[in-house]
Amino acid sequence: MTGPGTTEPQDMRDMFRSMLLIRRFEEKASEEYMAGRIGGFLHLAIGEEAAVVGTVSAMRADDPLTSTYREHGQALARGTDPRAVMAELLGRSTGLCGGRGGSMHLMDKARSFYGGYGIVGGSVPLGLGLAYAIRYRGGDQVSVTMFGDGATNQGVVAECFNMAGLWDLPIVFLILNNQYGMGTSLEHASAEEDLYPRAEAYGIPAWKVDGMDVMAVRGAVAEATRMAREERSPVCVELLAYRYRGHSMSDPDTVRDAEEKERWRLRDPLITFERVLLGEAVMTADDISAMTAEVEEQVEDAATFAEQSPEVPVGELADDVYANPFNDDARGGALMR
Amino acid sequence: MSTDTAKPVAYRDALNQALREELARDPDVFLLGEDIAGFDGAFKVTRGLLEEFGPERVVDTPITEAGFTGLAIGAAMTGLRPVVEIMTVNFAILAMDQIVNNAAKIHYMFGGQVSVPIVIRMPGGGGHQLSSQHSQTLDSWFAHVPGLKVVCPSTPEDAKGLLKTAIRDDDPVIFIENEGLYGKKGPVGGPDDLIPFGQAVVRRAGTHCTVIAHSRMVWVALQAAEELAAQGIEVEVIDPRTFRPLDLDTLAGSVRRTGHAVIVDEGWPEYGISAGLATHLYEACFDWIDAPIGRVNCADVPMPYAKNLEQAALPQPADVVAAVLANIGRGIA
Repeated sequence: MTGPGTTEPQDMRDMFRSMLLIRRFEEKASEEYMAGRIGGFLHLAIGEEAAVVGTVSAMRADDPLTSTYREHGQALARGTDPRAVMAELLGRSTGLCGGRGGSMHLMDKARSFYGGYGIVGGSVPLGLGLAYAIRYRGGDQVSVTMFGDGATNQGVVAECFNMAGLWDLPIVFLILNNQYGMGTSLEHASAEEDLYPRAEAYGIPAWKVDGMDVMAVRGAVAEATRMAREERSPVCVELLAYRYRGHSMSDPDTVRDAEEKERWRLRDPLITFERVLLGEAVMTADDISAMTAEVEEQVEDAATFAEQSPEVPVGELADDVYANPFNDDARGGALMR
Repeated sequence: MSTDTAKPVAYRDALNQALREELARDPDVFLLGEDIAGFDGAFKVTRGLLEEFGPERVVDTPITEAGFTGLAIGAAMTGLRPVVEIMTVNFAILAMDQIVNNAAKIHYMFGGQVSVPIVIRMPGGGGHQLSSQHSQTLDSWFAHVPGLKVVCPSTPEDAKGLLKTAIRDDDPVIFIENEGLYGKKGPVGGPDDLIPFGQAVVRRAGTHCTVIAHSRMVWVALQAAEELAAQGIEVEVIDPRTFRPLDLDTLAGSVRRTGHAVIVDEGWPEYGISAGLATHLYEACFDWIDAPIGRVNCADVPMPYAKNLEQAALPQPADVVAAVLANIGRGIA
């Protein structure tokens, strides 16, 4: 992808491919989970592909990104090898984080993806710290930190809005509002259903866009990152979206209204973007079929690779607890185990 | 910058020297915390550093412990070396999610892709009639967590040498000072005198009983040792200095020689530092000890305000004397 500013047909094709990859990858991950090959939690972002891909497509490759535990898409959109992501989900030695993090804790530092975190709201200060480091070093990157509607009710997020506004840090706060914190709807959890004004209260320019429309997201995040980069201003964008699956694979999703789910299904970001691509003659139906087949093959390959990868050697259990591990021999047998 | 190592320096000034020297040495080091710049810090540890290094490197934060601790962790993930001052350990409780869920986990759970070279300084301890919410010793909370390093200096020399080591270390270091020690004077090392983690130090040699104490309790133990010496009892006072890593060899070696051990810990008795150390010593010295390991702790109560009650709650030299006498079978147990 060529980045924000103008959008060429090739950018649109790349974005569509990225969305397709996330959708098919997560469908496959769901199968792997049902087959018992993925453990723990598996939070799928199916339905949120426009929000993820629109955001990443508007970022520079060296702009650091942080996310929540629902972050397979962020890694894939950033260009991480699907093999390494699937292998991490299966807890294999070839996984992106060596089988230590699993689905909720992907990181690809080489692509400036600084991780998925499991505590709601807890990653937002880290994104602020990445912005602080950019300013400290005199860089022109922008930290983009994605979190959900649920996180906006955590106090630490308000603390971050305040420091970002106080110090004019180069950060874009992206509220991916999928309207549910686990099973509790926004209207049952939030005193005000618009979330972006919370950032405005700290002097941060903020607005809301349709998070199901990948081009709208790309445009909003391009403007937000431009402001953060050029005007040295923090920005907040609320992306209104919907996830089609439950909170995680262990959520049967019986609480949400069927009619509501159907209404949002009609706005499926892949289907609506496909219509745009066909309507603007960016792709033909044959192009889309070919791309879909190619993506499906890539996902199958990732799953096969992961399934055939070796388990993590148990002897590596205590590796990487410390960057500077204690040397028993050199320093008198001290304990750090 | 020259440092006159012969002149006694207060603990707070020893810390100040370490910060000044490391700020001058490494442009990636910066300080942040509440009132540390314009106000010189609640305990004046950062005095003069704003003038010398400027507001980009000595940063006053809002009163927002979770937020600025997390910010520093995020900055450290990129290789910067933030030194955070949390005004007292009591307020670190607000930042525990950031410390435990982020700082301690990031290197491991992402497969070693990034490290978190942060130092989080804070004083703990009681004794100033600050009542329950401002008089806590929570060393064990941090020492419980793999991924953190935990350092508790008791002297100006250690305060300086261990802080310099902490700043150059690539892991998150919880550096716990003590409110009762900031005025304590003693010699300090020079700019290149780093004290490695995981080396306990013998504060006083003796043969009858090993007394293990850290931070301010070292001084309580040494006073007790004087009183015991007057009765002909020579105790060996050992200061572990760091709990992650822990120099068990030095502690166990002493206990095996004396056959007796008393642990003095300003924290509470339940599941804390003294409990953890006792377990290690039972495992390492069971066949050598002649009596159950003695413990002197803060009373198992929230700290009261009234001076007489507070003094009764905190470990006093007389408590240590009594515990040693009981342990070696000479007291009125």
